[in-house]
Amino acid sequence: MNLETLPLQLRNAIVDLFPPALQWFVHHLLTITVILTVFGLFFAFTTIAERKLLARLQNRLGPNRAGLPWFPKLKLWGITQPFADAIKAITKEDIVPAAADKVLHFLAPVLIVAFSLLGFAVLPFGRNLIPVELDAALLYFFAAGAATELAIFMAGWGSRNKYSLLAAMRALAQLISYELPLILSVVPVVMVCGTLSTKAIAAAQGGWTFGLLPHWHVFTPWGFAAFIIFLIATLAESNRSPFDLPEAESELIAGHLTEYSGFKYALFFMAEYFGLTALSGLGVTLFLGGWQAPCEFLQFIPSYLWFMIKLVGMIVFFIWVRGTLLRLRIDQLTRLSWKFLVPLALLNLGNGAFWALTPDWTGPLVLARWAISAAIVVVPFVLLGRRLTAGQAPRSYRYA
Amino acid sequence: MLGSGILKGLAVTAKNFVGSYHNPARMVTQEYPDVQPQLPANYRNFPFLVTENATDPMGTMRCVACQICEKECPPQCIYIEKSKDKKPDANGKLQLYPAVFDIDTAVCMSCQLCVEVCPFDAIKMDHVFAIAATNRFSGLLLNREELAKPNTYFHEIRPDEAAEVDGRLAAERAAAEEKAKAAAAAKATAATATKPATGGAAAP
Amino acid sequence: MRAVHDEFHGDLLEVSMGPQHPSTHGVFRMVVTLDGEQIVKLKPVFGYLHRNHEKIAESTSYLSSMPYTDRLDYLCSMSNNWAYALAVEKLGGLTVPDRAQYLRVIMAELTRLVNHSCLVGFLFNDLGTSFTPLLYAFREREKILDLFESLSGSRMMCNYQRFGGCRVDPPPAWLAAASALVDNFPRFLDEYETMLTGNEIMLARTQGIGPMGAAQAINAGITGPCLRATGVDYDLRKVDAYGFYPRFNFRVPLGAHGDTYDRYMMRILEMRESVKILQQAFRELPAGPIMDPKAKLRGFRPKVGEAYGRLEGPKGELGFYLISDGSTNPWRYRVRPPSLINLTLLEELCLGRTIADAVVILGSIDIVLGEVDR
Repeated sequence: MNLETLPLQLRNAIVDLFPPALQWFVHHLLTITVILTVFGLFFAFTTIAERKLLARLQNRLGPNRAGLPWFPKLKLWGITQPFADAIKAITKEDIVPAAADKVLHFLAPVLIVAFSLLGFAVLPFGRNLIPVELDAALLYFFAAGAATELAIFMAGWGSRNKYSLLAAMRALAQLISYELPLILSVVPVVMVCGTLSTKAIAAAQGGWTFGLLPHWHVFTPWGFAAFIIFLIATLAESNRSPFDLPEAESELIAGHLTEYSGFKYALFFMAEYFGLTALSGLGVTLFLGGWQAPCEFLQFIPSYLWFMIKLVGMIVFFIWVRGTLLRLRIDQLTRLSWKFLVPLALLNLGNGAFWALTPDWTGPLVLARWAISAAIVVVPFVLLGRRLTAGQAPRSYRYA
Repeated sequence: MLGSGILKGLAVTAKNFVGSYHNPARMVTQEYPDVQPQLPANYRNFPFLVTENATDPMGTMRCVACQICEKECPPQCIYIEKSKDKKPDANGKLQLYPAVFDIDTAVCMSCQLCVEVCPFDAIKMDHVFAIAATNRFSGLLLNREELAKPNTYFHEIRPDEAAEVDGRLAAERAAAEEKAKAAAAAKATAATATKPATGGAAAP
Repeated sequence: MRAVHDEFHGDLLEVSMGPQHPSTHGVFRMVVTLDGEQIVKLKPVFGYLHRNHEKIAESTSYLSSMPYTDRLDYLCSMSNNWAYALAVEKLGGLTVPDRAQYLRVIMAELTRLVNHSCLVGFLFNDLGTSFTPLLYAFREREKILDLFESLSGSRMMCNYQRFGGCRVDPPPAWLAAASALVDNFPRFLDEYETMLTGNEIMLARTQGIGPMGAAQAINAGITGPCLRATGVDYDLRKVDAYGFYPRFNFRVPLGAHGDTYDRYMMRILEMRESVKILQQAFRELPAGPIMDPKAKLRGFRPKVGEAYGRLEGPKGELGFYLISDGSTNPWRYRVRPPSLINLTLLEELCLGRTIADAVVILGSIDIVLGEVDR
């Protein structure tokens, strides 16, 4: 039995049980079920992991009480907490404001979950594990992802709440500002790999120097810069700290979620994590080598496990960032995008082009290639960063 | 350079993350119902009435219903009714006692002023902090039976203060006995000096 | 800033932030009129926590008001107690023994640490952190509150000062624990500053936000760190030299811009100075009585007259004004609450700014609604 191909063999075995006319249907139904189950559970355990990690970052214990209802002695470090939360969310009263637009208020959580799940269709989870093989997978992914902001706007508008409305305004401003650097950061990858297919991009990052150093895009100057821009834009796209302006707790109570309770609130919460997971998965695919093992001798671990490990690493990093940083103001948020990330991403586009044109430089020219590529991103980073933070520095004080 | 402050912040939170596993100075949380808090002796929450004897709490209450605490209580949560009759206290002296002594713990703010103004060491602050009731009138209005707690309990929660109070009371009692004895002796000498005695009515 | 509303411009939006809002620090309400995200009008509404403090104090004895002063600014009960005790001692002509004076300085400076660490924590919460700096600050505050609890019996409602001295004499073990805590406190401050003071987002969010001019601040009667952030050298510990403060070596930090960042840094620097005062106090604490023998607990009847006792509270000048008619109750009792008076400039600081800034400016002014509403 081969662990690497086990999921495919299982799928084929089940599909073969059905008559040929139904097989395509069962095939896709099975894929959808598996994705929903795996990433549903992943979502559940991300919430508890986030709460526990944040708690430890803040020197707290975090939720550690929920166990199993039949074994009250068993504490299980509280890992059943998400299921308790789910039951609570389902049994809570669903309150719809009298003045709300009932249709939009209902549709928003449904749509946001649907849209945020669409992205999973084109992620290569393993060597041969990809739900839908699209040639224009990246285009599809971003088109589906952008629609989630529409749902946030629907929630904000439909709630007929002033905080929600402000949140909707912010969400739109954020969408327009950050969709651009997000997509621009991906373009160099497309340029270098010459394809929009996520499967081909993951495959292109195979191979190791000396069997130890992986050929991932993040380990190139243009790839590293693109990865950082991608990370920042991902944080902004998935409304996470420090870009959680639409639901800025200290300013707008809960933003577009103010008028949601019970399961609808849980759906928003779920969609946020699905969106984050999908974007992280894309980041893993584009920059962190996808399902590729980091070293040659580690290939015995199945490729889908490597994908999951990298995904968890990304999520943990996002949680860490959330536990540390404070929120930007809306004008600073847009300024960061238009005056810093977009120019940097555009320059990085040229950088990617340079890299794509010089694959045959050898000998000392390799060093020159790296130096030029690094200079193209580092110099503008320093200069633009100086412009961005002009006049802002820690001060020294006098004493009476 | 842009980002260095953010990286420093990330380093500090990472340090705290690791520290929370091994450094008790960073992880100060106690798991409350499993781990009961170690209350300092001075901790104060809601008063109780000290009785000398656990078996007869109502008969050996130190309170003499002087109503000073009732007057001084800032939120006026104490209600006292004096008794009609008198009972002998620990010194054998006849004293009034509280027929009714109610404290409304829904109003009490645990300020300790009643304890400070009490001249008889009859009311002291308790260590009970988990008071919950389903009825805010009958459940939180404590009467004298519920308020009475023996001196041994006082010793348990505040050993130093209780020992000090006991010593002081014992000294007072000894002084009172001394005085009574001296008075009796004086009376006896007076009686022997001026016979026949007519001073029976002047007995203390 | 535009306050015009015609058919070519969008509607102005009136948002009532509070009394239930995560960052109004209690039951405070700001009625803000917004043009987009910009504030064109801000009306502070308060009084939701009014408890009739002054009138109650006029109908009870001098002593009975002491526990109520704990509940004014419920983060700094020790300072409140001291301010009230100062006024009553002036009225009754009581003197405070040396040891009690030192203890009062210790308690007041520990309170300053408690208040300022809370403030910077809450300020960062208003700035949008996910509670991390707040919980670090609370972790340190917790240790000081434990000290307060083991000494006075209560963590926040200390009720510790009495007219003519203090209530409980701390045992040597307490002093050792407090001294160790104070010695460790700068380490926490260093870590805190590493984490946040140089943070680019923090600088962008606070520098130049809500600047207050020196003249503006003086005209509005602003006191405390908010006033010193504008560069005005006015610290009652130096000006009035009450208690034993003249015996202590400490410096008063002064800002230059009067913006939110300066107000934040004033708190951090004052905490560092407080640590110095505390270390000196633990070194020099004399032995002796802690109560004026003339002082009596009950039946305190000061002579006819009036007195104003004030001190440099963590939030500003906290004053108690008492008029005695010779009875056991004050005839008039008045509190000068720094929180309320510092709040008067809120609208001027917030106009033309966004909601996000208004929340931060409010946080940097440092109000406690128990004191604002009384």
